Amino acid sequence: MAIINDFEYHKPKDINETLHLLAELNGKAKILAGGTDLIVHLKEELAKTENLIDIKGITDLNKIEISQDNIFIGAGVTFTDIIESQKLKEKLPILWEASEKVASVGIRNRATIVGNICSAVPSLDSAPALLVYDAEILVQNKTGKRTISIHDWFAGPKKTILKPDELVIAIKIPIFQHAGVYEKLGRYKGEDLAQAGIGIFVDASRNYRFAYCAVGPIPKRMKTLEDFLDNKEISDKLLEEAAELIPAEISPISDIRSSKEYRIHMMKIMFKRGLQKSVVLLKGGRS
Amino acid sequence: MKKITLKLNNELRSVYVEPEEILLDVLREKLGVKSPKCGCDRGDCGACAVLLNGKSVRSCLVLAIETDGQEIITVEGISKDGLSKVQNTLLDKNAFQCGFCAPGMIISTTELIEKNPHPNLEEIKEALSGNLCRCTGYLPILESVQEATEEGHHE
Repeated sequence: MAIINDFEYHKPKDINETLHLLAELNGKAKILAGGTDLIVHLKEELAKTENLIDIKGITDLNKIEISQDNIFIGAGVTFTDIIESQKLKEKLPILWEASEKVASVGIRNRATIVGNICSAVPSLDSAPALLVYDAEILVQNKTGKRTISIHDWFAGPKKTILKPDELVIAIKIPIFQHAGVYEKLGRYKGEDLAQAGIGIFVDASRNYRFAYCAVGPIPKRMKTLEDFLDNKEISDKLLEEAAELIPAEISPISDIRSSKEYRIHMMKIMFKRGLQKSVVLLKGGRS
Repeated sequence: MKKITLKLNNELRSVYVEPEEILLDVLREKLGVKSPKCGCDRGDCGACAVLLNGKSVRSCLVLAIETDGQEIITVEGISKDGLSKVQNTLLDKNAFQCGFCAPGMIISTTELIEKNPHPNLEEIKEALSGNLCRCTGYLPILESVQEATEEGHHE
């Protein structure tokens, strides 16, 4: 099926050219990276644009950079690139696990993590990890740069606070010693969007961080749960008590993928299972 | 219309395309390559998979114009000099029924073997998981890939 609405295709060579194009086209352009969401939306007329700016030719955006304290993932980096990085597997295990659980190989080869957060569907697999890592989004337009916390990034389902003339350059993730998991509930392995997802982060000083996707309009941290568990040793009894806080933290809907009740039920189970696994991983064991 | 040039199954090919034309349509309708199929048309089923610079992608989610200067391999390219080992095993074991998913399965398997010549069953399942088959229940396909990639397997 072809795309019905005509558009012009631009392939800038560098970031500067892209920013000028964005300014010049004044809101009448969309950025094309992997296209695994955007092309479907254009075909199904959920999105329209007069201009597509393909950023895949910009080598500066295709890099994963690791400094002493931070990791930078460029806007052209695909989920396959993340999975193939041994360094990211070591340093950002929650994000690495989430990347592996995105759709299937043929999608991961093309889809970018920055595209994932720009599409901002409530079920996005990369968000729980980015939220527990306190990631920041590095953004640029023709006149300057700004940094947006992942906690402020999502404005609603499929909406972000990115302005039309801005380009995401990279995601910046601070490096911490930690362990953790991403638990995803899907109907089948392969293509399915998450019915529910939870990212779990633990560290040696008993800091606990939790974030969800697919069980609320935007992905979010679960602060009540974090405060309740803060600095406590995890026991079976404590896990049961904590799990009872989950229904108040999330606001799932019933849709084609599952009912609200099932999502709440499974979030409690995934929380308990995931936290137990994370504690084992923190002590150097295998999940 | 813009002229694009790509390396398709090891041959340089040029074709005129509109920006909104989808790679799958251009391959089938303008370049005469019929192995990629249109199943779901939204990236879910895998029937349109091709190798783009060695990596499997959904050609229904790629604009033809994006592939200017790139390299594409389809099943026609894989079997240019005769069927591959995996293709022969799939044939021997009668692994497909209608065959609509076969090109996607073969593309995914080819990509897998390139990275991992002797995958275990879990790795095979993971690599093929984005390819939907409505006939076979997958077992004969998985068994064929397993047999063809076993260590010490001879043709």
